[in-house]
Amino acid sequence: MSIVFFAIAGLSVAGALAAVALKNTVHCALALTVAFAGLALLFLELDAQFAGFAQILVYIGAVAILVVFAILLTRGSETPKDGIYSTKWLLGLVTASGIFAVLAWAVLHSTWALPGPEGAPTAAPAVTVMDIGNALMGRYVLPLEIVALLLTSALIGAVIVAMHEKESAQ
Amino acid sequence: MIEKADQIFVLLGHWLVSFLPVWLQPAAMVLLGVLAIIVTFPALFAITVLLERKGLGRMQNRYGPNRVGPFGIFQPVADGIKSLTKEDIVPTSADGVVHFLAPVFLVVVVFMGYAVLPMGRNMTLVSMDAGLLFFFAIGASTELSVFMAGWSSRNKYSLLGAMRAVAQMISYEVPLLLSSLTIVMMTGSLSLGKIVEAQNQYTWGLPHWYIFTPWGFAGFLLYAVATTAESNRSPFDLPEGESELVAGYFTEYSGFKFALFFLGEYVGMMSISGLGTTLFLGGWSAPLQILGWVPSWCWFFGKVMMSMCVFIWMRGTLPRLRQDQLMNFAWKFVLPLTLVNLMVAATWRFLGAGWERWVICSAILILVYTLMGRSGMRRGHIGPRSYRYAE
Repeated sequence: MSIVFFAIAGLSVAGALAAVALKNTVHCALALTVAFAGLALLFLELDAQFAGFAQILVYIGAVAILVVFAILLTRGSETPKDGIYSTKWLLGLVTASGIFAVLAWAVLHSTWALPGPEGAPTAAPAVTVMDIGNALMGRYVLPLEIVALLLTSALIGAVIVAMHEKESAQ
Repeated sequence: MIEKADQIFVLLGHWLVSFLPVWLQPAAMVLLGVLAIIVTFPALFAITVLLERKGLGRMQNRYGPNRVGPFGIFQPVADGIKSLTKEDIVPTSADGVVHFLAPVFLVVVVFMGYAVLPMGRNMTLVSMDAGLLFFFAIGASTELSVFMAGWSSRNKYSLLGAMRAVAQMISYEVPLLLSSLTIVMMTGSLSLGKIVEAQNQYTWGLPHWYIFTPWGFAGFLLYAVATTAESNRSPFDLPEGESELVAGYFTEYSGFKFALFFLGEYVGMMSISGLGTTLFLGGWSAPLQILGWVPSWCWFFGKVMMSMCVFIWMRGTLPRLRQDQLMNFAWKFVLPLTLVNLMVAATWRFLGAGWERWVICSAILILVYTLMGRSGMRRGHIGPRSYRYAE
């Protein structure tokens, strides 16, 4: 728990809170990007280079842009007249705190790290990007292929939905 | 002596740092490296702008700037002073904070890419294992700044320009990544330092650069197309097409913020040229073994400046594409070719050394290129434009 950790954690939490509390939807999306960046920095602080850079590449480079585009292409970023806060906030609060409680319980009760020979926790093994690549291409190649197939079919599906309808359909 | 000239910047850095107490030295060394990058590339940016204005002028049968200093070489200084003293105008309806953050974010992100580029022997600021991944992750964030600029201006032209830019950058990012992936397949490493080391070998005095292989050559051309689109340069400069969108996403920027966008564009072009140099053109290695005595950083910066000249040359030569042509080109031509190139690279790897692999790989690439080009032309994408959302 260093100063760096607290600075990054503060940044992520502030970004996430701003994403919920801000009035303008595009501002919310940008605040969410700050939270994503904070998470990426946390991964990097834990020496997980691959996870950190993938977080930046996927979440900041793609997901944030997608969110922003979705906002722009649907109903614009104007604030609706009856306010942005839902009337069912109590229900949302209960659901969110329930999920938080379950996750916190799971994290607190998991074993700290891989137990060493005497049962004492050892330092996590150093995993390089190359190890991850080897694992993905070797042991986990089938799950990887299945994910790739799923994503490709999603892509084709999106193209079909967005395609021009033929003249004969009129 | 040769060794000294090669390592001059590294030695200079160590000498400067040696005046400080020992516990400060690592931090000071990093700071010095950052400072060197922040000073060097804007200076190169000034030279490039002058080169571009002079070169384009010559290509268009005029002189270009020739009033400030001998042959107009002090024009960048005049430009800088002008942009610093100009009034900074923010539209009343603009979103102040986002409008201010967009150019700052762009410049910061663009400079971060240099952290992993090997600019000479032992001249990498941070040599990390996943250098290439870092570069692309950082490069993907520039789209967000373009969107922020276009959206926060509350101007239809700006927003249209930003939408075009983001759509274009996302589309061409796929071929950009896929064409670089062939290099990773061959080297077996994401570290840019190792990629350069793998190319810094010679047979008969000729280098082992990846551009001198069939898949490397095809990959380099695809990479060049994708980078031109990524950096919004002509012929892919639709996002700022001045005849239709005034200036695209930075229409509402003036004074120093405009200068920051300009700087960001050129520094981004240089960093992506630097990456192309590292991946395909052997980075800091010499083009001939007998030229090995020239300092390594000369080669890196020389290759980057050559790429900038090609960018300028293309801008002076090619007309601007149309939006639908741009998208069709990306998804129906460049992307399939990069996928084929990946396969060809794999074939090359498994055929082993010998002349057969040269013939087979070249034949596949030429055949696919010809067939796809022919069929694409026959299907006739050239024709009147169809307006989908504005009928």
